[in-house]
Amino acid sequence: MRLTLSLAATAVFAFLHAPLAVLALFSFNASRFTVWEGFSLGWYRAALRDQALAEAAGNSLLIALVSAAVATAAGTLAAYGMWKRQDRILLGSLYLSLVTPEIVMGVALLALFQFAFRWLDLQLGMFTVVLAHVAFSLAFVVIVVSARLRTLDRSLEEAAMDLGAGEWQAFRLVTLPALTPAILAAALLALTLSFDDYVITSLVAGVDSETLPMWIYAAARRGVSPVLNAISALVVMFFGLVILLSEALQRRARNGRTR
Amino acid sequence: MNAILELRGVSKAFPQHRAVDRVSLEVKAGAFQALLGPSGSGKTTLLRLVAGFEVATEGDILLEGRRVNDLPPYRRNVSTVFQNYALFPHLTVEENVGFGLERRGERDIRRKVREGLELVRLTGKEQRYPAQLSGGERQRVALARSLVLRPGVLLLDEPLAALDPALRKQMRGELKELQARVGTTFLFVTHDCEEALSLADRVAVMNAGRIAQVGSPQEVYLRPATRFVAGFLGAVNWIEGVGIRPEALRLGLDGAPGNGEKRRRAVVVGATFLGNCLHVETRLESGDPAVIEISRPFPAVSPGTPVDVWWHPHDEMRFP
Amino acid sequence: MRLRFWFLLPARLGMTVLLAAPLAIIVAYSLLHRGPYGGLELPWTLESYQRLADPLYLRIVARSLGLAAAATALALALGFPAALAIARARRYRNLLLQLVMLPFWSSFLVRTYAWVFLLRDTGLVNTTLLALGVIREPLPLLYHDGAVLLGLVYGYLPFMILPLYAALERLDPALEEAAADLGAHPWAALWQVVIPLARPGIRAGSVLVFIASLGAYLTPDLLGGAKTVMIGNLIQNQFTTSRDWPFGSALALALMMLVTLLVTHLLRRDAEAL
Repeated sequence: MRLTLSLAATAVFAFLHAPLAVLALFSFNASRFTVWEGFSLGWYRAALRDQALAEAAGNSLLIALVSAAVATAAGTLAAYGMWKRQDRILLGSLYLSLVTPEIVMGVALLALFQFAFRWLDLQLGMFTVVLAHVAFSLAFVVIVVSARLRTLDRSLEEAAMDLGAGEWQAFRLVTLPALTPAILAAALLALTLSFDDYVITSLVAGVDSETLPMWIYAAARRGVSPVLNAISALVVMFFGLVILLSEALQRRARNGRTR
Repeated sequence: MNAILELRGVSKAFPQHRAVDRVSLEVKAGAFQALLGPSGSGKTTLLRLVAGFEVATEGDILLEGRRVNDLPPYRRNVSTVFQNYALFPHLTVEENVGFGLERRGERDIRRKVREGLELVRLTGKEQRYPAQLSGGERQRVALARSLVLRPGVLLLDEPLAALDPALRKQMRGELKELQARVGTTFLFVTHDCEEALSLADRVAVMNAGRIAQVGSPQEVYLRPATRFVAGFLGAVNWIEGVGIRPEALRLGLDGAPGNGEKRRRAVVVGATFLGNCLHVETRLESGDPAVIEISRPFPAVSPGTPVDVWWHPHDEMRFP
Repeated sequence: MRLRFWFLLPARLGMTVLLAAPLAIIVAYSLLHRGPYGGLELPWTLESYQRLADPLYLRIVARSLGLAAAATALALALGFPAALAIARARRYRNLLLQLVMLPFWSSFLVRTYAWVFLLRDTGLVNTTLLALGVIREPLPLLYHDGAVLLGLVYGYLPFMILPLYAALERLDPALEEAAADLGAHPWAALWQVVIPLARPGIRAGSVLVFIASLGAYLTPDLLGGAKTVMIGNLIQNQFTTSRDWPFGSALALALMMLVTLLVTHLLRRDAEAL
């Protein structure tokens, strides 16, 4: 039975990784056809030279940084506030945002923006994408930071206040240092969520704000291009590094090392 | 000596129950005062009321003559040593002890920290982190951290509970000696009667949110005011409606009464060897069971042996 | 603790403006009438909801439910052995968990595209089979329900593995030992002891995969072509090409309600279990 289990598990793991591994492999293929014709970095060079691609990647990076910053700040404060005392409505709405299918969230936000633009002289653009990304990242940030808060000893803040620190000082001097790894982990998570979003972004982005996922999607629709393979491999590597970093930070937070 | 802490009719009512019910207490300056009671008796809530972590729903809390009900913890001149010490894990021992001094903007902090650590006999570990210290050392840091602020009252939440038994006995002596040296009023909460009796000058026994009795350790143990206090402070035999502690009973295998002692006939039912003493379970003629605590030399008794049980009337505990 | 009000304000504001308001707006839109040029106009009407009963759309809903159910079943079949293997591994447990999570977090879009790369007519699978002489013409591996199903299972498998692992990891190993001690063959112990006790994990994982699959957009769009339309694609269509916002809103709300019902049902069951 152990053997069957190991075999079955190995098969599943292979299934999970094979497609990406193959994709990465063929991104080094000298030919543009799916027949191996030699190792080449040509497609990577082509990817780096593509103007539209560079612009899309730049947009994605900017959007990700801004939305992650906003979501992390708001989410951390919210997690802390709810740790002090429950806010069922806020918690419920955060869970709702997690459960809502992306397509529903996307069209609802589109409807909101179009509705608002009747009165404001604005159009869909980068900022609507940023707002949308904050909307779906917030819950994830709250989850990560709340998880860390749950492991904290409440009496530490009480001790600080007992020794003369006010509420804000107690938060800043005692709780915040302990939260830093979790906050960073949450920020990285928000970054990846933003970077990879296609559905919501495609609905609320303006004409000038093409993001990397939108570029990838358009390229995938047009037909497979090897440049796409190269970009895909780069994206996967980037995400992999970010996620590993985020996990490492969360592990450090869990082990209680706050230095 | 005036009362440094005074509680007048203090209550704390939560939606589901009254944790503290119209408690009045006076703690004199320099005293080592215990709040003793089972879990749920309200003792911890009372401590937190004094510290400022809970707000009283009724009554007045006076510190050094001033009413402090509305003051937050960081403005009261009391300091708390938490049950698990609550040392800031990301700060060194020196930074922990100096924390309160920094908040006050005091000068010459390093010297005061050094003096504080000398007071608790923990010099040389200023640069360590809490995680690198033993349980006993952490407690000393917590004590130093609070004492450097020269609080009017030092509050301790179950000070010995987090230590292992061997360390507990040692710390007991050290705490008593520390308090005598610094002279600060100590108010501590415990559910362990041995802890309360050995540390405190005065013991307030709490039950269901109210104070059942306040007195010296001898008073609450030997002259309990209620059945509850009697039963909580130690074992009690109820003989003919009167309470008598097992160690106040004597076993006589042949007649040899002392002056004024009472005597009853009984039959041995069993004996339990507890290491340093023997508990002999008997049944009196009246039908009441009685457990007698005997120190060495242990008599040879077996179930069925007829014996005499003796006690002195002044050891009787009567309740209305 | 007045500080708390200010701390909670940004998130409260965010959720009000970016979740509550948008949902309220599409509720309103779902009850309006589609104008001649694709705008919205009064009167208030239930016609969009009534259109949901049209067999054309019901077919799409049915296909979505069917695909979601199939994806869930397959994910369970594949995910269980993987989760069990991780739960039993003592030394490499964290490494294995990372191996599961890593592909999951690395760009859903790219992972879906990878299957396009593999399965299309000039994709790797076909070229390999052609080269090996197994087939003479490329197999139509893409742009139908099967491809979408594969994509859904591949995409959401980690959603199944993680809750399963959590439930299995909590299992007291003494229980399996007791079963063996009482004469149960490992397979019997699996069916009689392990799986029943893992039920909360099975439920949680199934709901997650089902909900995600039900609301899928990218997977049917890239892997299903024009033939496999799911609810997500239909909704997107109303807000872009068809410009029928009332109907799109009604669809979106119907999906939303279905999903919320499933989640609350699961939560209630698990709360009862506690």
